[in-house]
Amino acid sequence: MTDRAAIRAEAETLFASFKSAGAVAVEADTLLPAETLLDLYGEDIRARAYVTSDPLRGEMMLRPDFTVPVVQAHMQNGAEPARYCYMGEVFRKQDRPGTRANEYLQVGFELFDRSAPEAADAELFTLFHGLLAPLGLRPATGDIGILMAAVKGLSTSPRRKAALLRHIWRPARFRKLLDRFSGRAAAPQARHDMLTRLRSGDLAALIADAGPMIGLRSEAEITARANALIEDDQTPPLAAPEAALLYDLLTLQAPARAALSHMRGITSMLPAIEPAVDRFATRLDALERHGINPSDLPFEASHGRSSMEYYDGFVFSFEGNGLPVASGGRYDALTAVLGQGRSIPAVGGMIRPAMLATLREALA
Amino acid sequence: MSLKIGVPSKGRLMEKTFDWFGARGVIMGRSGSDREYAGAVEGVDGVELVLLSAGEIPRELSAGRIHLGVTGSDLVRDKLADWSAQVVEVAPLGFGHADLIIAVPTAWIDVDTVDDLDAAAAAFRAEHGFRLRIATKYHRLVRDYLTAQGVADYQLVDSQGATEGTVKNLTAEAIADITSSGETLRANHLKILSDGPIHASQATLFAARGAEWDAGTRATLAELAKQLGVEAAV
Repeated sequence: MTDRAAIRAEAETLFASFKSAGAVAVEADTLLPAETLLDLYGEDIRARAYVTSDPLRGEMMLRPDFTVPVVQAHMQNGAEPARYCYMGEVFRKQDRPGTRANEYLQVGFELFDRSAPEAADAELFTLFHGLLAPLGLRPATGDIGILMAAVKGLSTSPRRKAALLRHIWRPARFRKLLDRFSGRAAAPQARHDMLTRLRSGDLAALIADAGPMIGLRSEAEITARANALIEDDQTPPLAAPEAALLYDLLTLQAPARAALSHMRGITSMLPAIEPAVDRFATRLDALERHGINPSDLPFEASHGRSSMEYYDGFVFSFEGNGLPVASGGRYDALTAVLGQGRSIPAVGGMIRPAMLATLREALA
Repeated sequence: MSLKIGVPSKGRLMEKTFDWFGARGVIMGRSGSDREYAGAVEGVDGVELVLLSAGEIPRELSAGRIHLGVTGSDLVRDKLADWSAQVVEVAPLGFGHADLIIAVPTAWIDVDTVDDLDAAAAAFRAEHGFRLRIATKYHRLVRDYLTAQGVADYQLVDSQGATEGTVKNLTAEAIADITSSGETLRANHLKILSDGPIHASQATLFAARGAEWDAGTRATLAELAKQLGVEAAV
């Protein structure tokens, strides 16, 4: 066990580096209103964060991460472009006895800039790379924006695209839907039986026969979804070549430059991804100008899909000896939700100084 | 040191437990009056009977204050984090059967499986501005199940009793609860999702990994297991 003083010293060093990279240090409350976080992250966060109650302020949560409070602070009084850094404890319940900490320090950097997002991605990654690569940490990168563009560009119904987009951060579910939409897996028998029933008569009469209306979900909502199911049943499967391209993209793993040429090779067949691939290329050029070689930078199209649920563009992480030391990415959609319509393109990342201290101890 | 076995302190669960052990030559009974929560075990030496509320047995097993315990497999899975690291399932006892299920209003003709529930939740959130509420007291089991199934846009709301009434009372849109016959669900105009229970529960004999297992208690366990005809390796 690395001692707390060594971890604190590690954190201070990182924090100083972030400040000298032009970031303004920000503080955040330790107790945050639970409602915002629960609404954003859902039940998963309730399982992982400590929720407590305050007699006046209601349900509160011990800070599970800094992103939300930093974004909120920026929206209230920030000018753009802005660079912020923070250092403090976060709290996570651990459901398995073992080595993962319940509270640990995070040091992070967030960059809000709407003029040149790819340059911002490159600036942030270079900063992290400079701090972590000397310790032998391996970077991994991805781009969820390319996957989202590919889904949006499929020639299928808006409803099917929306279903896939909604589950992009749940890879197993996404895969199940894609298998069904592409005809690789048959719809379950239960769905066939239900469709037969729904087609057997007038929907209003079927609902009335089924039982009394109870609860908030209205007859109109039931009818709308029943109609959607009938309509979806008539939607033809994804064209085989298109589906094959998407499966190919999901499993794409290559050095970033090679991944770019691969994706350039498929844009003629999947033109919708072209703008996202252009942004990827712009980012690689920016990285190269910062001295990062895209020809040996690992890239995985599906990186960050299961662990970092709110990222919707560039994503990255650094690992050493199997320890998750740092992670980050672009989260434009999250700022749009928090900004209630005002979006603030943002990219950020955090480092866990305890992991760094452990690694340094192992090196010494 | 004697081997402590925790058994439900009242009702059918207690009687059935006594019957199960009795049929295998281990005679359990309450000592003293009907109201006194103390018991005795005959047939194997060195076993001490501890009568407890079935709901507290998982916690006592986890703390290692009892070596063995009889309780519902649903309670152990729901109340103990990483339950299989804390207790060993020694033997299912074949009674106390109940399924943890998800139920929705029967009028929802468009919802039959958890897949449908997920899609309905997405539409519900868009329409109402908050996540579809599922009332339950089995938070861990239900959340783990829905996470594994990739369901989004829902929230769990706590309901410690009369859960079937929450939909009509507008405090939830769906429920997740234990049912054996389904009578109460039907009476409250609810139907069970067809793709299987979250967990099929039954009364089960568990052993606590964290209890003090010295030579004496291990020997008692071996003898008890032989008598009961079960395998017990802690």
